[in-house]
Amino acid sequence: MTLSFPPSEKKPLEGLQPKGWLRYLSFSLDHKVIGLQYLICGFIFYLIGGALAGAIRIELTSPLSDFLERDVYNQVLTLHGTIMIFLWIVPVVNGAFGNYLIPFYVGARDMAFPRLNAVAFWLIPPAGLMLITSYFINGAAQSGWTAYPPLSITTPAAGQIIWILSVLLLGGSSIFGGINFIATILKLRRPGLKLMQLPMYCWAMLGTSILVVLSTPVLAGTLILLSFDIVAHTGFFNPELGGNVIVYQHLFWFYSHPAVYIMVLPAFGLVSEILPVHCRKPLFGYITMVYSIMGIVVLGLVVWAHHMFTSGTPPWMRLFFTIATAFIAVPTGIKFFNWVATLWGGKISLNSAILFSCGFIINFVLGGITGVALAQVPFDIHVHDTYFVVAHFHYIVYGGSVFVIFSSIYHWFPKFTGKLLNENLGRFHFLITFIGFNLCFAPQHWLGLNGMPRRVAEYDPQFTFVNQLSSIGALLMALSTLPFLWNVLQSLLKGPKSGDNPWKALTPEWLTSSPPPVENWLGEAPLVTEPYGYGKKKKIVLAIKSEKEDKENI
Amino acid sequence: MLSPITIISFLVSICLIIGGIWVGNNVNLLPAVASTNAPIYDELFKVLFAIGTILFIGMSGLVIFSLIKFRRKPGDVDDGESIEGNLSLEILWTAIPAIVVLFVGLYSYDIYDRMGGMESLGSHNNHSHHINEERRIWGGIGSSNSIESPLNASSTPLTVDLSAMQFAFIFHYPEGDIISGELHVPVDKPIALTMESKDVIHAFWVPEFRLKQDVIPGQPTILNFTPTKVGRFPIICAELCGPYHGGMRATVVVEKEEDYQQWYKQNAKQVDLEV
Ligand code: HEM
Ligand SMILES: [Cu+2]
Ligand SMILES: [Cu+2]
Repeated sequence: MTLSFPPSEKKPLEGLQPKGWLRYLSFSLDHKVIGLQYLICGFIFYLIGGALAGAIRIELTSPLSDFLERDVYNQVLTLHGTIMIFLWIVPVVNGAFGNYLIPFYVGARDMAFPRLNAVAFWLIPPAGLMLITSYFINGAAQSGWTAYPPLSITTPAAGQIIWILSVLLLGGSSIFGGINFIATILKLRRPGLKLMQLPMYCWAMLGTSILVVLSTPVLAGTLILLSFDIVAHTGFFNPELGGNVIVYQHLFWFYSHPAVYIMVLPAFGLVSEILPVHCRKPLFGYITMVYSIMGIVVLGLVVWAHHMFTSGTPPWMRLFFTIATAFIAVPTGIKFFNWVATLWGGKISLNSAILFSCGFIINFVLGGITGVALAQVPFDIHVHDTYFVVAHFHYIVYGGSVFVIFSSIYHWFPKFTGKLLNENLGRFHFLITFIGFNLCFAPQHWLGLNGMPRRVAEYDPQFTFVNQLSSIGALLMALSTLPFLWNVLQSLLKGPKSGDNPWKALTPEWLTSSPPPVENWLGEAPLVTEPYGYGKKKKIVLAIKSEKEDKENI
Repeated sequence: MLSPITIISFLVSICLIIGGIWVGNNVNLLPAVASTNAPIYDELFKVLFAIGTILFIGMSGLVIFSLIKFRRKPGDVDDGESIEGNLSLEILWTAIPAIVVLFVGLYSYDIYDRMGGMESLGSHNNHSHHINEERRIWGGIGSSNSIESPLNASSTPLTVDLSAMQFAFIFHYPEGDIISGELHVPVDKPIALTMESKDVIHAFWVPEFRLKQDVIPGQPTILNFTPTKVGRFPIICAELCGPYHGGMRATVVVEKEEDYQQWYKQNAKQVDLEV
């Protein structure tokens, strides 16, 4: 194949795009700039959401409600959940890494719809600001990130309405992103590149984007109906007007269970990119990985009522959703074993990226096991809406997705900046995060089993000690961001140069300069048909040669 | 000839399985057992805990072992072996989770059935005289018919209405027309609760009974159970219901039949006695 792929002649972006750091504040159309905008913006919201978590954990060091006003406590926990999900994890595992990597992986110079892409990003900061400022106006929403009616209809309306608007904007952003990813992966592939040769993250993003496009509109519709109930006193979900509160739960979870996969499937993809590079081995079981991603997508759409086992759900429905949920463990198990088989027999560099990835695998196994247990109706009836569930999903979203985000930052930082991070500081960061995280969340399983419900500011004094333990873990987690931030700052200011491909990786984003030029390659995009061809000497030589040729072609 | 590695991994797996079963049986993470439902729940918990321990230790052990065993030695710049897959292994580890999940699913179905989850809800023994027959009653768990103990097989359940509001549970005994903030029940007697909320969603949870059911506005739900242990146990609201959600608690007082009768007599509106 000798299809040439020249850079576009006129550069439509030039005028729109300032140079230097200012471009990160601009309406840039460059997918790499947008990716980093997502990452930085997400991280700022992570710090805010983290501060809110700190407030929650301080309140819970004593069994009395004595640190925050009761309604403020509920606002804080609502903001914490909403920010972490919609402003940190979803935008970062999808928007940030997706935008940065997908065009490289398909051999394109940008995303399919660069302007839509920029719009998708620029919806996020105003939505986030709106959400946070609602606290200072009339009090933020206080019905939890799930906003179940009738509570969400009866709590102060201003905060709830702003919450709805903000989530609608964020959902819109997510849908725009999803459409863009699907179009880019299916339509912008470099000639000669087959679907089954794509790096695994493309498959993860394809699956995730399908979920986004299918389920987010349902959430949007539901929230619009809820806002009608609040401002126009309609009765969709208001039992006083003949509405049905359970219908809301079905609609909400029809989006929000897939949402948990929107948070974790991309993370699966990222880990599948990181492991082979640092183990110097091909990704094990590429084809079964692809099928299990697609299996998770399909099953993920039909399990939502496992969040509603105590909502007066009839027995047949309880059983159906138990079975469907439990079977998600099969594709998930396949992925786990494939990752272990990728490690097995490798030459593993124990660097920060690998440690965070393996930390993810271990945490995720525990979260998956408690997930299968929770899927069993008789088990769930006792622990639903308790700290056991809080522990379960933090093992997945923090122990899973957030660990992968850190792993990815360590892995791709040289790509983003051309600088190396300090590995020892990175390992230290991992250690503190891993210990803090487990100290914070493992004891919460016990709390839930023994009678502590979730979303409370006060609790039975017998739980004081274990809650304090958990708060110490949270403190460690908070402190663990300091070495990370320090590492990043140091490296940006005076870090050693990384060279173009410090990890000698074979995936396409590394076969150009670091940081890459506008439009990604100076010459033709390399055709990478074996992104995981480690251990095959000839292939590596070939790939590196084509990179050299690219440079000479200029 | 078996290679030493096969033997060692075989031994390790056996130890792991025995260890897991031991942990499941001997590490108690649950509160007191106080209803007929609770021992069945604990049986399920033991099995899940054992399987979970085996899987967790085994799987994270594999990860940590590989990290140590296959770490890059200083100076080694080679790649690992170029193994891209192995069909029989991949089939094996499709089968492992499938079998575990199938077993867990069937077993928990059995448990659910024994808890009374498969009984038709709102059957004759749930007093529906004052609930509009047109309205569907939504399920909690079990009919009180299913109580296994032969002692109670014939006894009719004591019916109590629960109405929840921000931020209290109010119990109403239709027989005797008692209204109470505490749920008094005689030990070993099946209880049939019909619950409805006056405002937002709440949930009725008694950890020692291992039972929880949402209390929903506009839709009665039912919950049946038989307490088996005399004592006072907390009733906890488990669904976020507003600022005082954390304080929304009540007590279930399980008493001997005589004590219950005494409480009942003191509180019942016995019109005929006064005549
Ligand atoms: C893959 C990533 C996963 C994520 C991100 C995730 C996240 C969550 C979240 C956020 C909740 C709580 C929602 C709420 O009530 O606010 C939850 C609950 C639940 N999860 Fe997961 N989960 C994941 C995996 C699993 C798996 C693999 C299973 C089962 C096989 C599972 C089963 C459940 C069940 C049954 C509940 C409901 C528990 C309850 O509320 O009683 N989850 N999960
Ligand atoms: Cu779910
Ligand atoms: Cu409550």
